[in-house]
Amino acid sequence: MVARGAALQAADRHQAQSVTVDIRGVSHSFALRGSELPVLDSINLRVVAGEFVAFLGPSGCGKSTLLRLVSGLEQPTQGAITADDEVIDRPDPSRILMFQDPTLFPWTTVWRNAATGLAARGVLDRQRSRVDDALKLVGLTAFAEAYPHQLSGGMAQRAALARALVNDPALLLLDEPLAKLDSLTRLALQGELVSLWREKGFTTILVTHDVEEAVVLASRVIVLSERPAHIKTEFAVDLPYPRHRDNPELVGLRRQILGTLGLET
Amino acid sequence: MSQAIQAAKAVALSPARPGDRPMWRSGLYAAASWSAAAIVTKALPDVIPFGSSDLFAVLVGAGAAAFAVLAFLSPRAGRLRETLDYYGPWFIAIGVWLTLWEFSTAKTGWLPKPFFSAPPGLLHVYVTDWQRLLICIGYSLRLWGLGFSLGATIGYVLGVALGWSKSFSYWGMPILKLIGPVPATAWIPVTFYFFPTTFDASVFIVALASGIPVMILTSSGVASVNRAYYDVGRNLGARPWYLISRIAIQAALPHTFVGLFMGLYYSFAVLVVAEILGAKYGLGWYIQFETNYSGYANVYATLIIMSLICAGLVKLLFVARDRLLSWQEGFI
Repeated sequence: MVARGAALQAADRHQAQSVTVDIRGVSHSFALRGSELPVLDSINLRVVAGEFVAFLGPSGCGKSTLLRLVSGLEQPTQGAITADDEVIDRPDPSRILMFQDPTLFPWTTVWRNAATGLAARGVLDRQRSRVDDALKLVGLTAFAEAYPHQLSGGMAQRAALARALVNDPALLLLDEPLAKLDSLTRLALQGELVSLWREKGFTTILVTHDVEEAVVLASRVIVLSERPAHIKTEFAVDLPYPRHRDNPELVGLRRQILGTLGLET
Repeated sequence: MSQAIQAAKAVALSPARPGDRPMWRSGLYAAASWSAAAIVTKALPDVIPFGSSDLFAVLVGAGAAAFAVLAFLSPRAGRLRETLDYYGPWFIAIGVWLTLWEFSTAKTGWLPKPFFSAPPGLLHVYVTDWQRLLICIGYSLRLWGLGFSLGATIGYVLGVALGWSKSFSYWGMPILKLIGPVPATAWIPVTFYFFPTTFDASVFIVALASGIPVMILTSSGVASVNRAYYDVGRNLGARPWYLISRIAIQAALPHTFVGLFMGLYYSFAVLVVAEILGAKYGLGWYIQFETNYSGYANVYATLIIMSLICAGLVKLLFVARDRLLSWQEGFI
């Protein structure tokens, strides 16, 4: 309870910060009609404060599950995950999970959607300007009073991003948030994500299928195996931002990673 | 020559010239059919007399005149014009219907008294018995209003609980499945025992009829809410009460409205029966009373009132729904 209170306070003080995430011997399995379906197999990983880490892996390998565990929405069957050495045992607005679908509430406006976190914690009345700031940051000020069904896919995902940023997360968990967007919108949003991350400095963990996306965005790429997932290899991406897709080093890295995934190019 | 033909064709095919107002033709036909009703009523001798036939002829004639005037004025494109164009065929049909009805009852006796009544017969009921009918409308609305609002409220609250709580659903769902299909009226014997007055018992019957569909639909709505919404809520620091009141209830609202519509119809259907339970006034009571004396004209006249009230309430509910659910895709 104390931890939660402290985290809430931190989130509400309107200051960006980052957090170091430790995944220690985490295994996870689902109960499936009486039998156990192992999804994650003893994952060990340290994500340093302010880092941008991407998880790559075949579909259905358990990447999304790992993000849910880090967010605290679910608890691992074995092992523990800590944020700055505090065990993550519940969801918290200081670490926000973004999904493939924007999952905006269709019954209310973009502004109200972005304000969800503040409203849920009962602090909206004192901090309304933060909602306006977040919408401005993602370029949706003009759509504050629009309803989700009036937005394009990219705008909806921007609104979801604003809903996350309002809480000044120390950790942003991105579960293929750009997978369903058209390629132009995806490129634009990738650029925006990088600049937001560099400006705010929050720790970011991205799950993606897209090798290019991983190497363009992340400072480290972790390749996971088939289910039950374990860490196969990892690649450091020591290239300055903003990165160019045609950078030969990036192209080479991309080919190397595709190779470890069993795909020749 | 061929040029002239083409010009003539162009004129025939072209829509009305700008500034010109196309004739509201249906209005003319409606005026004709309503005049026919007036003439049949006034000119042909009655085989079976029904009161107020002069008044009926005057009213129908006035209707015909109004249609004729509207047809000649033919209002410009706009809201009124759209309504007139849309309902035109219905206006015509109503005139035809009234003519045939009057002809087959009062004028020929093919459809005899007391089982059938002519249109003036129904009008006569309103003219002679309007005071008692007004009182009955008041009583019925009071009973329905109490029953429906109680039933819908309780049904809604229980529906949310059933949809939300696993343990509530474990105990509640089987009971609801057993009770749900039982017609509300089947509870009459029990209600007599449990409720101090027959009015309370009637309210209970109406409440039951309206509450059960609201409960079933709300619970299924709450239970089928996209789980990802709850993940979002929990992630953003929402407590259970916020998840229920701001997410579950909102997301289930379209279902709840279906339940309210069903409840509205069911509650009206049982209103008549509920008012048999020793009521002193009320439309149901009136129908029952008049049936006993073969006053079928009164029964029909009352049924028309009931359908109009029900249709009006449905309309109100639609307005409320359109406001609250304007967020639904393709709704606005």
